Amino acid sequence: MKTLDLTTTSLREINQALHQQSSEATEREWLITGAKGDHNIACGLDAAISVDIKGHAGYYCAGMNKSAHVVVHGNAGQGVAENMMSGTVRVKGQASQSAGATAHGGLLVIEGDAGARCGISLKGAEIVVGGNVGHMSCFMAQAGALVVCGDAGDALGDSLYETKIFVKGSVASLGADCIEKEMTQENLDYLTDLLNRAGVDEDPKSFKRYGSARSLYNFKVDNVSAY
Amino acid sequence: MSDNDLNVKAGLRESATFDAATMTEIRRAAETGIYDIRGFGAKRKVPHFDDLLFLGASMSRYPLEGYREKCNTQVTLGTRFAKKPIVIETPVTIAGMSFGALSANAKEALGRGASACGTSTTTGDGGMTPEERGQSTKLVYQYLPSRYGMNPDDLRKADAIEVVLGQGAKPGGGGMLLGQKITDRVAQMRTLPKGVDQRSACRHPDWTGPDDLAIKIQELREITDWQVPIYIKVGATRTYYDVKLAVKAGADVVVVDGMQGGTAATQEVFIEHVGIPTLAAIPQAVQALQEMGMHRKVQLIVSGGIRNGADVAKAMALGADAVAIGTAALVALGCNHPKWDAEFKKIGSAAGYYDDYHEGKDPAGISTQDPDLMKRLDPEEGGRRLANYLRVLTMEAQTLARACGKNDLRNLEPEDLVALNVEAAAMARVPLAGTTWVPGQGGY
Ligand SMILES: Cc1cc2nc3c(=O)[nH]c(=O)nc-3n(C[C@H](O)[C@H](O)[C@H](O)COP(=O)(O)O)c2cc1C
Repeated sequence: MKTLDLTTTSLREINQALHQQSSEATEREWLITGAKGDHNIACGLDAAISVDIKGHAGYYCAGMNKSAHVVVHGNAGQGVAENMMSGTVRVKGQASQSAGATAHGGLLVIEGDAGARCGISLKGAEIVVGGNVGHMSCFMAQAGALVVCGDAGDALGDSLYETKIFVKGSVASLGADCIEKEMTQENLDYLTDLLNRAGVDEDPKSFKRYGSARSLYNFKVDNVSAY
Repeated sequence: MSDNDLNVKAGLRESATFDAATMTEIRRAAETGIYDIRGFGAKRKVPHFDDLLFLGASMSRYPLEGYREKCNTQVTLGTRFAKKPIVIETPVTIAGMSFGALSANAKEALGRGASACGTSTTTGDGGMTPEERGQSTKLVYQYLPSRYGMNPDDLRKADAIEVVLGQGAKPGGGGMLLGQKITDRVAQMRTLPKGVDQRSACRHPDWTGPDDLAIKIQELREITDWQVPIYIKVGATRTYYDVKLAVKAGADVVVVDGMQGGTAATQEVFIEHVGIPTLAAIPQAVQALQEMGMHRKVQLIVSGGIRNGADVAKAMALGADAVAIGTAALVALGCNHPKWDAEFKKIGSAAGYYDDYHEGKDPAGISTQDPDLMKRLDPEEGGRRLANYLRVLTMEAQTLARACGKNDLRNLEPEDLVALNVEAAAMARVPLAGTTWVPGQGGY
């Protein structure tokens, strides 16, 4: 394990060292200490390494992650794991808004709550939130899945495309074109597997499923009030 | 004589307020109940580069020999923070136009033409295609609100990154690509079902405001190890403030796109009624840069209605470091070509008027995903045509610069220009021809 301290080593040097692992992997396990809300920690990783961050991370922690396994032992700021392609990112504390925004692949687990716009424009990644999510979560989300073990805020799944949403608690309101859908056996199996992979101990049967009514997929005059 | 001419001769009078196009639109709206969506840029007449003239050298200025003396056209973009700035041989770049809006052949042709002239092309909403990366020696990767096809591998392959906040054709609006253009390949690149209308977001999903943008730019730099320049593109509206905020957020290059700028698909009402003319935007941008001590340090690229070398030279004289072209590049490839007139007529348009890029039926094979139509554009031939056109633009701009005694296009200055009318004088902040009057300056 290699330890780098953000209070004595610059962010640039730390990220450069992590990026170098994509061309020559010299160290599989990394520990980053001294994080005090620094932005852009461990973004752009492109190697199957594991990175543990001690402290709180600022914006875009593990942004655009590929292959790496990143754990934030604290809270994460806006856009954690944004546009992730693969790998896993786990936040032990809370995450701010736009967590997992536009992520194409990989698994994001937030053990606490996530703020507004969690999974906005999601493009294939899976997000599991142990607590609540804020308003406009999964806005314009295209693919992948969001699991909320607590409650969801207003306008959940507004203008949704094909992302699957599972919520255990209450939903303050559904956004345009988002509806409750039947939980099929296939959905239950998928959710069971996802909860297992996320290491979250919840009963899949206690969740409701939401998805797109697909009525806004092609422009229709009759829908004009929804646009 | 056309019907119109006969009507005029017979003494019939068309209303200036309710002209034929206006009435057609009212009828169209009444029939369909949907606003008009189209491509192309603003069609209304606005003050433009045609309203400016150069003061060639004479007694008080010394010209350069037209065919012999050197006049530099090379420009370096991204000198502020990037380890690898982009060097372009001519200050005319190809603007971002998406694969999806344009066919793969059109994108390839743009790459071929630009590369032959040592200039850059730009991706667009929908991601980077191998055809485009393969043919473009200098490729700018757009980072848009929709993040369709956004991929860190492509980001690392790019020669520059352009964070798009807006476009001149639709400042404050998102993109749209209607279902008929969503083929399997386009759908797959954008992670959406085939045949579904795609409404690209108008706001970025993970930042709001200039302070956030500064952190976003740092993220993009960290991911690309500070190698490549980062541009910020804005549609021209409150340009003075937008440019200041873009510089403060850390841009290497600012791209300002005026209201005449083209688009692939936007509401007509948006295209014609939002934003300010390119001419009005440039002096605002330059003033902002100068006040920050950043003119020429953060490079300024201007687009929106650039058609010939005079436009290039005038934009640069007003303080731009380079220009970008969209519509003109498509026309060079064959967009709206008269040879397809009969086919344009079949789809309710005519050569020279065609703007329904969103319908995907372009007879010239450019703004389409139809495999048969696409084949009509040979990318090599298209590339040659674009290269020719770019060379003409460059030579024309050089001709004007030499006439003003400048051995570098960037030595052109506002002092070389006058305006033909009060509006252009006020917007461009140059004197009305034959006077010393710059409207709005000196207290009147
Ligand atoms: C067919 C077409 C597609 C376009 N797609 C994009 C795009 O994806 N992203 C973008 O920032 N601008 C896009 N634009 C705008 C151009 O980048 C550029 O701002 C504009 O075309 C410049 O004005 P001009 O057409 O008068 O040269 C598009 C323009 C056209 C004509």
